[in-house]
Amino acid sequence: MPELRDLYQEVILEHSKAPRNYKALESANQKAEGYNPLCGDRFTVYLEMDGDKIREIGFQGAGCAISKASASMMTQSVKGKTKAEAERIFERFHKLVTGHSHEHEAELGKLAVFSGVSEFPVRVKCATLAWHTLEAALEGKQEKVSTE
Amino acid sequence: MSAAAAVPIREKAVKLPFDVEKIRADFPILRTKVHGHPLVYLDNAATSQKPQAVIDALVRYYEGENANIHRGVHYLSQIATEAFEKARETVRAFVNAADAREIIFTRGTTEAINLVAQTYGRVHVGAGDEVLITAMEHHSNIVPWQMLCEEKGAKLRVAPMNDEGELLLEEFEKLLSPRTKIVAVSHVSNALGTINPLKQMIAAAHALGIPVVVDGAQAVPHLAVDVQDLDCDFFAFSGHKMYGPTGIGVLYGKTALLEAMPPYQGGGDMISSVTFEKTIYNKLPHKFEAGTPDMAGVAGLKAAIEYMNGIGIEKIAAHEHDLLEYATEVVGALPGVRLIGTAREKASVLSFVLDEVHPHDIGTILDQQGIAVRTGHHCAQPVMERFHIPATVRASFAVYNTRKEVDALARGLRKVHEVFA
Ligand SMILES: Cc1ncc(COP(=O)(O)O)c(C=O)c1O
Repeated sequence: MPELRDLYQEVILEHSKAPRNYKALESANQKAEGYNPLCGDRFTVYLEMDGDKIREIGFQGAGCAISKASASMMTQSVKGKTKAEAERIFERFHKLVTGHSHEHEAELGKLAVFSGVSEFPVRVKCATLAWHTLEAALEGKQEKVSTE
Repeated sequence: MSAAAAVPIREKAVKLPFDVEKIRADFPILRTKVHGHPLVYLDNAATSQKPQAVIDALVRYYEGENANIHRGVHYLSQIATEAFEKARETVRAFVNAADAREIIFTRGTTEAINLVAQTYGRVHVGAGDEVLITAMEHHSNIVPWQMLCEEKGAKLRVAPMNDEGELLLEEFEKLLSPRTKIVAVSHVSNALGTINPLKQMIAAAHALGIPVVVDGAQAVPHLAVDVQDLDCDFFAFSGHKMYGPTGIGVLYGKTALLEAMPPYQGGGDMISSVTFEKTIYNKLPHKFEAGTPDMAGVAGLKAAIEYMNGIGIEKIAAHEHDLLEYATEVVGALPGVRLIGTAREKASVLSFVLDEVHPHDIGTILDQQGIAVRTGHHCAQPVMERFHIPATVRASFAVYNTRKEVDALARGLRKVHEVFA
């Protein structure tokens, strides 16, 4: 039986209460909006790109603890990374939360706390909303991304 | 024995205490265990569970009656047709329509409202006209009218509500004008539980000759509905929210209006003769029932109505009202809880938010304890916007719920506090 504590780990709760990089970047040159109509979660991800590199990242919005913590920890993990690196992290993160592969858990570092999400399939969208939004921002897409 | 025996049988029956455990035994799914806990099903506004009598009716239909209706001279077809039309009569009596021809079977509330919008609406609403709804409508009583207004160049107007989630009747009346061609309003709000003052609203609309479409999806499971007493022009509801099967619902419409309306869909059953040059449409109610209907669903709906009648809608309402009052008190007293929808007249629904914790997280934590609630916008995004919240937690009650289950909900919410402490 899945345990609540596997999902709501201390680190996740802490990030959801005090999200990092929670700001609209003045210097942003790319941004995207993400929306999960199922629960009304809504985030904007701001990027200051230096060529191919994420020099600064910020996010704002409202959502459940999982989506907010995921957004917060995402900003920490991709700052300073290239577009390709960030996309690779997302790919691994996605495999982790959907339960497809735990083999890259070590590489994911702190993000590995989200492994419990795989026991709660309906919450996968919460954990990946910010990442999908990041992906759209990196692509420079203008339309809103939706997880439905 | 002797004193009791003097009481006439009927009165005695009314005075029998309400035995919820006996009712629970009628619903096989309530024996389910969820994550090791007994299921506490509080998502009845989304769909109710089904009693054995309804499940049996579906089985009986397929085992003994299945044949296409209105089209065969053979034995089974006659049996099926007869059963189908008997069910129509059961529905008629249930909502006290004047005539069984006023009962149209649909897939549900959504289809019933779309039917009115696409037939009556397309004929009567033109450029510059208005359709008036309220701020607490379900998407299925917003979008069909929006689509109609867009097509016709008409305007959708919205009557506001107060912070309790009560319709502002005066504002509603002010919005009625000669431009208003249709009023569409929910009897009971699914997101807030508010019971609207329908009779007054209908009288006000009728004073200007405007017909009223009622979304009765959340009313029929919880209140006695009398369409003649309400004097509504159309009334839509779904079987699955009132202990019946999915896929079957009802549109009630006044004969004169239905007669004058063009058909909705074309096909078999809705015609009386077809040539390539011209089709003559069938009479009511068949004009609006194109194609093979959900005959098993109709059998199940009939069984659901009979089940409700067997208990008595007054008893159902009283029991649910007790649960709602108790839950309002118990849940409302928990720290950080804000109730959304505190109208004086309410049915079955307790919607709330918790400080600092998103409804989606609450939903997961309750689910771990076997408690099924709905979290989200409840297909009423404008209601969420009105209260400046993204979503609520909604507990909604049915005849088989108990005070013990309300206690379980309160315990579950305390657990939320523990996790998020
Ligand atoms: C008030 C209200 N109207 C309409 C509907 C739509 O009903 P259905 O999905 O059965 O067509 C619902 C239920 O979801 C409802 O609660």
